Amino acid sequence: MEPKVIFNHHLKNVKPSVVGKFLEIANEYKEIISLSVGEPDFQTPWHIRQAGIEALEQGKTFYSPVRGLLALRQEISEYMAKRFNTLYQPKTEILATVGSSEAIEMAYRTLLNPGDEVLIVQPSYLVYEPMVYMAGAIPVIIETFEKDGFRLKPEQLKEKITSKSRLLILPYPCNPTGAIMEKEDLESIAEVIRETDMLVLSDEIYAELNYSDISHVSIASIEGMRERTIVTSGFSKAFAMTGWRIGYACAPEEIISAMTKYHQYAIMCAPTISQFAGIEALKNGAGDIVAMRNEYNMRRRYIVDRLLKMGLSCYEPKGAFYVFPNISSTGLNSEDFCEKLLKQKQVAVIPGNAFGECGEGFVRISYSFSLKHIIEAMNRMEEFIQELSREN
Amino acid sequence: MEEVLKLLMQNARLTHSEIAVLLGKEEREVAKIVEKLEEDGVIKGYQAIINYEKLPHIPVFALIECKVMPKAEYGFQEIADRVMALDEVESVYLMAGNYDLAVFVKGNTMQEVANFVAKRLSTLESILSTSTRFVLQRYKQNGIILGEKEISDPRNMVL
Repeated sequence: MEPKVIFNHHLKNVKPSVVGKFLEIANEYKEIISLSVGEPDFQTPWHIRQAGIEALEQGKTFYSPVRGLLALRQEISEYMAKRFNTLYQPKTEILATVGSSEAIEMAYRTLLNPGDEVLIVQPSYLVYEPMVYMAGAIPVIIETFEKDGFRLKPEQLKEKITSKSRLLILPYPCNPTGAIMEKEDLESIAEVIRETDMLVLSDEIYAELNYSDISHVSIASIEGMRERTIVTSGFSKAFAMTGWRIGYACAPEEIISAMTKYHQYAIMCAPTISQFAGIEALKNGAGDIVAMRNEYNMRRRYIVDRLLKMGLSCYEPKGAFYVFPNISSTGLNSEDFCEKLLKQKQVAVIPGNAFGECGEGFVRISYSFSLKHIIEAMNRMEEFIQELSREN
Repeated sequence: MEEVLKLLMQNARLTHSEIAVLLGKEEREVAKIVEKLEEDGVIKGYQAIINYEKLPHIPVFALIECKVMPKAEYGFQEIADRVMALDEVESVYLMAGNYDLAVFVKGNTMQEVANFVAKRLSTLESILSTSTRFVLQRYKQNGIILGEKEISDPRNMVL
């Protein structure tokens, strides 16, 4: 008898990403300047790499405790308290994960039941929505707008809340918009949430990349929110450690225990060597963050200035490392714009609709590239825009 | 000021307006800072970094290690002044270690450099001995890699 492969029906319902189709086109070109990648262009700072090397040298190549090395969880606890004024017990309220991606997945897997509704702010990281489907729950999209600085407004949230709402995904600082939520914004959201029995998953992976005068505020630091919030974060963006696959979740004990149970069976533990590197990053990496942030900030200012001079409308991003200009004035939709830009000028950016339908009319430009690259890419994009307006 | 300097060290051709955008300052403010840096002699000049291999004639570069007898009142300053006044000399450094002055020279031919060492440098009064090292290949200059090789982006687009 022939084997019959039957796929998980949740997986079958997940649509392939717009990015995949776009990458196929991009791969045909050689002299491409790609402003599409979503990871830092910096290498992991040397002292952090060295901590990884030392762990290898000393043969620390075994499984770690399921929740992660206690020393790492202690560092995370101290860091969260110092930077974001949120207190988490290292032994019971922190779980080290395989990147923050796993932390998000574990939260979904442990908190969602079929039929539950998950409120997702969009445009946002394109993983949140399909993974909700995978967990058998129902995504409910809340669209944010350029005119609001892509912030979530309390009235928008209220409108979407039903008796089935279980979880709100709060993705700030936001990939792809670069939007942030300041303390007052979060307080107004907390006011709505506190009236419900919902939880919040606050993805704070870009917390250290905030270019406004005040640093990142975590919703968990707002009154009455700690007990209903799961903060997910990691080392990838702050310390340029994407390949190490190391992140964490911080939440009340009951939630972390449940996540740990799942994590133990599915993953066992986060990579041990990466955990040692993570300890070093948190102990001695504050200066690296500042240096990288300053560099990103220069590029951010440069790109925004160039885009405005091209005549595009562009929200000035306050966080992450993306600019999300509005290209609807060119008369092209996001995908056509990106495809033409790629084919005519060999510059790759990502169509905004990859991050939700409301991202249509926008493109995501990543500035995790050297200034030299960025200058050349902006020159080409300017030519492209000028040629488009001549055609019309 | 330091930020402006850092940018100019990376690329001296950035305009004041570009630097202003990068640093979130006013163009006038940047102009003032640069002017001050030049006036104070912090910025001594702006030069192109040349890959001579691309030119029809490749000059000869050499490092000449000089042992020097310092003079009682002047120390090394007097001999340094005399050496750096010579046109062939590109850089002069006082070194710690086995020799005293590191003198970098540029000439058209090896013979020219040899003549320079024999007739002009080693004849200077306080120079005790010289040792000439010819440069075989220049790979990197002032932080810029001279060869063609572009370092490719090792990142994979995963999402």
